Amino acid sequence: MKRTLLELNVNGELQQAPTRPTATLLDVLRDGLHLTGSKRGCDQGVCGACTVLVDGRPARACLMLAVDCQGRRVTTIEGLNESGEAAAVQQALAENGAIQCGYCTPGIVVALVDLARAGGGASENDVRRSISGNICRCSGYVKIVEAAVSLLGGKASDGR
Amino acid sequence: MDGEAKLRGVGDSLPRLDAGDKVGGRARYTDDLFRPGMLHAALMGSPYPFARIISCDTSEALALPGVKAVLTGADIPANRWGGFINDETALAIDIVRYVGEPIAAIAATDLATAREALDLIEFEFEELDPVLTIDAAMADGAPLIHENFAEYEKRPGQGDLAPNQVSRQSIIEGDVEAAWADCNVVVENTYEVQAQSHVYIEPCSALAEVDESGKVTVWSANQSIYKVQASLSKALGLPMSKVRAITPPVGGAFGGKSGVTVQPITVMLAQKTGRPVKLTLSRTDDMMMMRSRHAARVRVRTGAMADGTLVAHELDVIYDGGAYAEDSAAVLGFGLLMARGPYNIPHVKLTGSAVYTNKLRAGGFRGFGNPQVTFGTEQQIDEIAVRLKMDPIDLRLKNALQTGDLWVGGQTVTSCGFRECLEQVRDAADWPTRRQAPAANGKRRGISVAGVSHICGLLGTSAIVRVLEDGTITLNTGAVDIGQGSDTVLAQICASSLRLDIGRVNLVAPDSDASPYNWGTGGTRVTYMVGRAVESAAGAALEQIRQHASEIFECAPADVELRDGGHVGIVGVPEKELSFAEISGRAHYVTGGPIIGTHALVYDGQEFDPKRALMDHFPFARIGTYVFGAQVVEVEVDEVTGQVEVLNVWSAHDVGRAINPAAVEGQIQGGVVQGLGYALCEELTWEDGQPTNPTMMDYKVPGALDTPTNIHPIIVESEEETGPFGAKGVGEPGLVGVAPAVANAVAHATGVRLTRLPLTPESVLRAMTAE
Ligand code: FES
Ligand code: FES
Repeated sequence: MKRTLLELNVNGELQQAPTRPTATLLDVLRDGLHLTGSKRGCDQGVCGACTVLVDGRPARACLMLAVDCQGRRVTTIEGLNESGEAAAVQQALAENGAIQCGYCTPGIVVALVDLARAGGGASENDVRRSISGNICRCSGYVKIVEAAVSLLGGKASDGR
Repeated sequence: MDGEAKLRGVGDSLPRLDAGDKVGGRARYTDDLFRPGMLHAALMGSPYPFARIISCDTSEALALPGVKAVLTGADIPANRWGGFINDETALAIDIVRYVGEPIAAIAATDLATAREALDLIEFEFEELDPVLTIDAAMADGAPLIHENFAEYEKRPGQGDLAPNQVSRQSIIEGDVEAAWADCNVVVENTYEVQAQSHVYIEPCSALAEVDESGKVTVWSANQSIYKVQASLSKALGLPMSKVRAITPPVGGAFGGKSGVTVQPITVMLAQKTGRPVKLTLSRTDDMMMMRSRHAARVRVRTGAMADGTLVAHELDVIYDGGAYAEDSAAVLGFGLLMARGPYNIPHVKLTGSAVYTNKLRAGGFRGFGNPQVTFGTEQQIDEIAVRLKMDPIDLRLKNALQTGDLWVGGQTVTSCGFRECLEQVRDAADWPTRRQAPAANGKRRGISVAGVSHICGLLGTSAIVRVLEDGTITLNTGAVDIGQGSDTVLAQICASSLRLDIGRVNLVAPDSDASPYNWGTGGTRVTYMVGRAVESAAGAALEQIRQHASEIFECAPADVELRDGGHVGIVGVPEKELSFAEISGRAHYVTGGPIIGTHALVYDGQEFDPKRALMDHFPFARIGTYVFGAQVVEVEVDEVTGQVEVLNVWSAHDVGRAINPAAVEGQIQGGVVQGLGYALCEELTWEDGQPTNPTMMDYKVPGALDTPTNIHPIIVESEEETGPFGAKGVGEPGLVGVAPAVANAVAHATGVRLTRLPLTPESVLRAMTAE
């Protein structure tokens, strides 16, 4: 299949990668640019391990065609590492024992950073809703939710 | 002294050693690795559950630009490997035995090309009559799934097996047949449990390369570098010394990566092309090609006296092993060992078998045969409580094992916190109140319990503790942390053994060229078994340190004491002190040689007692130290939809001693949620041998909104004398009792007993309306 040179704005830098027209954003990030922090858990938009920010909004990199991302701002976990919100989320997860195998973790960090940026106190339910598209097979979610609630200053439990 | 702050070690809820890498997306899992000149590979799966391969044409695929190698069963060595029966090859040879079984592999310059080329391979099959159920496998005249079964290499002691049977075993104590007469109540039921998919979020993956001498290096997601090495050695016909297995971080495994997965075929492609090859399965390929939990049918009869004393328990289980034997014999044996549960029952007859069917092979999955039988046994006990109008916790307490009692098979239980677990869940759940709690309109409400037992132990393991010149420590065990946190726990054990801060312990990633032998991550064993090796290896290093110090101080080694923060001194003389750095420097440059403490062991607990129990074809002489738990589940059942909502779970576990309490809680919470998936929604299904839901879209794993908020882990510490700092294991037990506890709670809520998993709304509603 033919490849064209695609130009993408990733983590604030213009990057070029030879790309098939059918390649997803995740294909280009991982295989083209070797930005492997975004994980491929299902490639079908279900697990959330590939979550990145596109124009500042969470998106599943496995569901987006790379060509459609031209001219848009893509931020991966690698790019978020510089931001204060991410550092706080990451520290909360690490210190609360919310990480096990870690394969879901970058996607969850991205989702929680989005929640943190939305501002305002997040309740347990808000946190659960924000990561409802991120499957974690290890943790049972409890410590992830506790970490996020303790950080984002929500009510302790909204008795769902 | 440099006055270090409080040393962080055993008993502290420390963050994982790799937490920073993982939250930052910097942890490099197998699929994140790239080698110069690396090719990408993809597999083709069988379209039929049972068929003969008549012919195969790969010429078009090979002609596609970018394709570097195509392999089919005709191209690979017919070396078979397996757990107890060597029945597997890297690709199907001549016969396919399940839909999805790998039949061809392609390596190409990129993944899209490899996948495109798969479509160009032409196979011709002759379909055979598939054997799709346990009953069909055991039927008279059933087609033989492995026609050359007799010729396969087997571990000795498998006994005579019926056609399509993989293993047959039994454990008998007392005289069940005579005992029924003494029972005032006898409960009999047949339970059915489904196949559950592991759905570790990292699909199976391997990267292999071969050097000039033919030595193979393979990075892969696995649970044991030594299992990978041994299986590859068999599959490739290479000596073990020519196979190097390395484990990058692993994205979850739960038993599903305990055998080899895609390593053999990846290596064969690397050998064929002379280039590094990476093979990572797609989610659907992983779900169709790899493994599941064994589906099973469990027939149980249990009897008690009017006062609740359990008298007799007869259980027969048949595990559906799928198309290859894998660990089925061990799953069966372990299931039987757990089938009596943590109760004193004098008369037991536990029998079972595992059979081949033309479906995905079943393998180890958190609980390893235990959840299947426990789903039966714990509902039996609940039903006896119902019939005798006894409180189900009281009934269990009345029959509960205690320290010093015998496990079935005759092993003495050396530490048992079962009673305490029952008492703690009862108190935490405010049991008497909640047992009476009224339901909301249109709902039924119930709460009940299940007892849990498991083992930690198994086989060989070793550790090396090296004291570096500056007094920091390098710990090497070969144990694979599959996400549960064992690296951190082992470093904590090492640090506390040497009274150092954990920050001074460096852990070596598993590498079969560098790490000492470790049987693997499984059987809830790493904290307990590898922890023991680490504690003793640190002790051995300390002996050398003591010797040096005594020479320098000119005192007896016994007068040398270990002090906090990497120092030793003379007992009673505070000012006489040396640092590990000073001593290690002397060892490296002056006398004695570098300080290296080692320890190796094989699980050494008591053997089963043949005078007490008749154990027919049982695959282990001894297996492990027993762990206990109790799980209470509170549910609300919707009268209109049959939906079971879990309101609360209390899960108490006797872990001996919690080395890292937060990590212990994480294991319990994660196990409970996997158990809720098993109980309520997860089921791999087939129609005419075709998988009907091999995607994460169709196979529902619990998400954050499907999971109850209130999962309460409770840690009970019974101080196991043989364990490191008193610790036992906790990896598996959190899952084991969840499904029967849910079913018992549903029975309490609705009065109907559901005997088939998962408890879907339809099945609950059907049972309620039939009532
Ligand atoms: S990999 Fe994109 S959602 Fe799973
Ligand atoms: S930590 Fe393993 S999937 Fe979330």
